[in-house]
Amino acid sequence: MEERLSAVLSPYEGRKDALIPILQKVQDELGYLPDDAMLEIAKTTGLPESRVYAVASFYAQFRFTPRGKHTIMVCRGTACHVRGAERILEETERSLGIVEGETTEDQKYTLETVACIGCCALAPCVMIDEDVEAKLTPQMVPEILSGRNE
Amino acid sequence: MMNFTEIQEQARQEWDSLQSGSVPVIAVGTATCGRSAGALGVVQAFEEEMSEKGVEAHIVEVGCIGPCYAEPLVNITKPGRATVAYKNVTKKMVTEIVDNYLKGDDPLPHYTLGSFGEGTVENIPRILDTPSFKPQERRVFRNCGVIDPTNINHYIANEGYNGLSKALTMTQSEVVEEMKKSGLRGRGGGGFPAGRKWEAGLNAEGDQKYVVCNADEGDPGAFMDRAVIEGDPHSVLEGMIIAGYAIGADTGYIYVRAEYPLAIRRLERAIEQAHEKGFLGNNILGTDFSFDINIFPGAGAFVCGESTALTLSIEGKRGMPRVAPRPRTTEQGLYDKPTLLNNVKTFSSAPMIITRGAEWFASIGTEKSTGTAIFALTGKVNNCGLIEVPMGITLREIIYDIGGGVADGGRFKAVQTGGPSGGCLPESLLDTPIDYDSLDEAGSIMGSGGMVVMDEKTCMVDVARYFLDFTEIESCGQCVPCRLGTKQLLDILKDICAGKGKKGDIDLLIELSQSVHGGSVCGLGQTAANPVLTTIRYFRDEFEAHINDKCCPAKVCKPLISFRILEDKCAGCTLCAKSCPVNAISGEKKEVHVIDQGLCVQCGVCMEKCPKKFSAVECLSPKLPVAPKETTEVVA
Repeated sequence: MEERLSAVLSPYEGRKDALIPILQKVQDELGYLPDDAMLEIAKTTGLPESRVYAVASFYAQFRFTPRGKHTIMVCRGTACHVRGAERILEETERSLGIVEGETTEDQKYTLETVACIGCCALAPCVMIDEDVEAKLTPQMVPEILSGRNE
Repeated sequence: MMNFTEIQEQARQEWDSLQSGSVPVIAVGTATCGRSAGALGVVQAFEEEMSEKGVEAHIVEVGCIGPCYAEPLVNITKPGRATVAYKNVTKKMVTEIVDNYLKGDDPLPHYTLGSFGEGTVENIPRILDTPSFKPQERRVFRNCGVIDPTNINHYIANEGYNGLSKALTMTQSEVVEEMKKSGLRGRGGGGFPAGRKWEAGLNAEGDQKYVVCNADEGDPGAFMDRAVIEGDPHSVLEGMIIAGYAIGADTGYIYVRAEYPLAIRRLERAIEQAHEKGFLGNNILGTDFSFDINIFPGAGAFVCGESTALTLSIEGKRGMPRVAPRPRTTEQGLYDKPTLLNNVKTFSSAPMIITRGAEWFASIGTEKSTGTAIFALTGKVNNCGLIEVPMGITLREIIYDIGGGVADGGRFKAVQTGGPSGGCLPESLLDTPIDYDSLDEAGSIMGSGGMVVMDEKTCMVDVARYFLDFTEIESCGQCVPCRLGTKQLLDILKDICAGKGKKGDIDLLIELSQSVHGGSVCGLGQTAANPVLTTIRYFRDEFEAHINDKCCPAKVCKPLISFRILEDKCAGCTLCAKSCPVNAISGEKKEVHVIDQGLCVQCGVCMEKCPKKFSAVECLSPKLPVAPKETTEVVA
């Protein structure tokens, strides 16, 4: 991890203003923001660790725990909400045996919700990794999950 | 380097040879929404079919065409013919279209949405004559779905960078004056006159100034800005460059949601191309003016839509709005320097205003709200999609003509505009004209462009709870009225939805809402209670039903509903029992089934599974009493 981290951080020595892009790049590389990485970011930028944490914890994009192999994001946009997103979320939680924000024990799935993925015309929808599953009903949930069950 | 006339000439040649060439042009909408519906598979299918069958045609990937309900959309133009728009195209249809219309001459009318452009195609109606398109006026969307957004020459050939070229021959004040005359109001939702903001930017003292584009589209239910960036990124860049010239800035930032990866890629590509042509960089088009644009992917915080929070976020800080008394961003913004901050659509409008003039821009719309409004029309409406309409059109025209009415034969209940800062308007206000002031008066706001239609199956108390859930999470937490006020509002709404509402809750909600509105530092807090206030104002009876009768009239709030199987209708097909996730349904085959109300979690799967011909499951509110267990019966 150290090598990957220093490769990402090397162009940012002393760049306090670039904290958010740095956090994004580190998370892209490592999948999340482990404690060690937060320390390294603080050292590289010259910012106090508390400030790095304060910024990282403010924004929804950043996470401090590793994700499962697949990330399932249930959209809770207004259009999805009025078309039954709540029930899609419940069915997904039941199917996976975890609740929003958790990762399955086998590290296969992480379940999250997202404010809106902007596919409102296809509501309700769920994003699995990069793919959007559109116009869902609760019954379709096990099917779209099993598609990834390799 | 070529001068602008030469650049235009070259671009036009490329565009004309595509448009009036000897082979058909196949334009596929491959913006994010098109992709979600399978547009990339359609592109691939066309490529394969054509190479297999030896058919020649140009495939162009374009941005969002607008009618999302018809995605994937494919527009085919045969030489000398009108363009035929195909809707909901599948791979199987691609084979048929290639065989029948590209090889043969049958356009397969049943697959089409209509035709447009010069000429006609037999048996296919002209799209612009249909009720759904007739009221629309594509100005900000002028190029979306028409040009290849990754090809700068397509943009240039369609009046692109004309505004910049013209602006550079004007003085800074003349550019500002033109913007003022146009009457353009900030398209981010607030509606502050853009020209006055530009003027403040020009007049602000400082050797370093910035232009910032707010593309942090955070309203749930809105995706207009993404569509503009994905479909016509150069229009945003051009608007920003003109703004930079007008106020005397040399650096621009685009603050764009990190969740919009395709939009970011399109912007990166566009910035690169603009540099190559000399529209960005040093000495733009041979003048003394230099300008550059950086992309800043926002990390996901709704409050960063607020200008002071947004600029702090670019500086690498927590996006917490500055506390009053705060200077205007135009005086002291990014890095404390004068900063002009506008929304994507505001910048995208600027090139048109400079090219065609303020009078042309103001020729449609209303006196105080000129030009067009863009909405992401979604929810329970037949024709979901992005629409652009002249200001002043009524909500009714949008929902019933353009939107094709309420989906699934439902009954209209409310329309929500302005996202979490806006409100829900009832049927009695459907004739409200769309403009900043009328919507404000009705208790909602224009907002950035989300418009969600709700029917009788939408619970308005639940909708208020939904929005407060959002603002409570997104509140940055620095000021008490917003941090605690939204929490209290949410708790009361949750109680009402759970059947624990108390007498006096409605008055308490109103009083709290007023405190949150009056005491919060920024726009997020000041408008957070709008969804609560408008739902109470127009749908008070639903709140009362929840509180007094423990009844959810829309049958949405689970603690207030029950499902029951109707004895006279149940055929004992066992489908419901098999699909019940909590095994709450019992009954032998061919015998009436029964739901154990104590076990039921109100998921509604049984109702969906029950075949239409039986329709044996009904939903009730208030809740059925839970049958007492047998043991208690004995005791009784």
